[in-house]
Amino acid sequence: MINFALDVGTTATPESYLFYFLAPLSVLAALGMLLVKKAVHSALLLAWVMISLAIFYIAQEALFLGIVQIVVYTGAVMMLFLFILMLVGIDTSDSLEENIPRLRPIAIVAAVGFGGLLVSLIGRATFNRPITGLAAANAEGNAFGIAVQLFTRYVFAFEVVSALLITAAIGAMVLGHSQKSKSNNSQRDLSIARFREDNLKDAAGLPSAGVYALHNAVDVPALLPTGQAAPTSISKVLQARGDIIESTTFEMKKAEEEEK
Amino acid sequence: MAVANYLYLSAILFTIGAIGVVVRRNSIVVFMCIELMLNAANLAFVTFARINSNLEGQVVAFFTMVVAACEVVVGLAIIVTIYRSRRSASVDDASLLKR
Repeated sequence: MINFALDVGTTATPESYLFYFLAPLSVLAALGMLLVKKAVHSALLLAWVMISLAIFYIAQEALFLGIVQIVVYTGAVMMLFLFILMLVGIDTSDSLEENIPRLRPIAIVAAVGFGGLLVSLIGRATFNRPITGLAAANAEGNAFGIAVQLFTRYVFAFEVVSALLITAAIGAMVLGHSQKSKSNNSQRDLSIARFREDNLKDAAGLPSAGVYALHNAVDVPALLPTGQAAPTSISKVLQARGDIIESTTFEMKKAEEEEK
Repeated sequence: MAVANYLYLSAILFTIGAIGVVVRRNSIVVFMCIELMLNAANLAFVTFARINSNLEGQVVAFFTMVVAACEVVVGLAIIVTIYRSRRSASVDDASLLKR
């Protein structure tokens, strides 16, 4: 028979209220992380889950870990995530078409099975020792207790972890470093490039935007000596935006029309 | 309330993270789901520390946090490198070996 009670002692009432309030919220936030379309919203929901986990740590007499959770995870790691999101593009949302057919239902069925397995395993486990809590271990303070463990029994692991941190930092620097294949074009390079072109039409530089009394100058194409508008005189940014005013009203009438 | 409820919560969060890793396409969200799984494991460690009434579980959780921080740094650097060369953060677009 399955007995759904790991006999590991019970908690005080305030902690159970805290748990029953925060645990559903954190599960909901984690589910929302899966369902929400934008990566930024996922990051915010994950931050919420992490903060509630920090509260659970503090409730479970792990004060040091709770503070570290807030400082390192919610502070540093989530900020790093948001930073990368800004770098990669804030609106890179998921595409909905599936690359592998029927991946989603298979994944959900497998995960539900896995979760059921975990939960039933916890439910069936028994623990044959009385729970005394961490009061003795935390007698001189939680941080002190962890420090004693870290610097005596786990000192080698601690050193290895420091080597790992340095390696990760150097690895990230190597990955992030990008050598420019060619330097930015200087004014001199641009000038040489103009003269190396096939025709020397723009050799003297592009015409500047027209100046007319009725208009803001930069969005009106200049008039060439022939009387035609020169679209190259408008900045590329304005061209891309489509902020160009027709300059036909300013064009000189064509020679034939004048002769008539 | 039994202390084991924390373990159930940890199992549920771990499962949700696992679903996310498989289902989501955006590599950053996949990465966040991995973080969620690590956090769920940490919660189990802290709970077991309490059950066993010694601090070793908390020390292990501390080490997990450090390793997770390293993993985030390197993983995000890889994502940025891939994004720089392919202009995409989707895990499905980085399937060049398949073809």
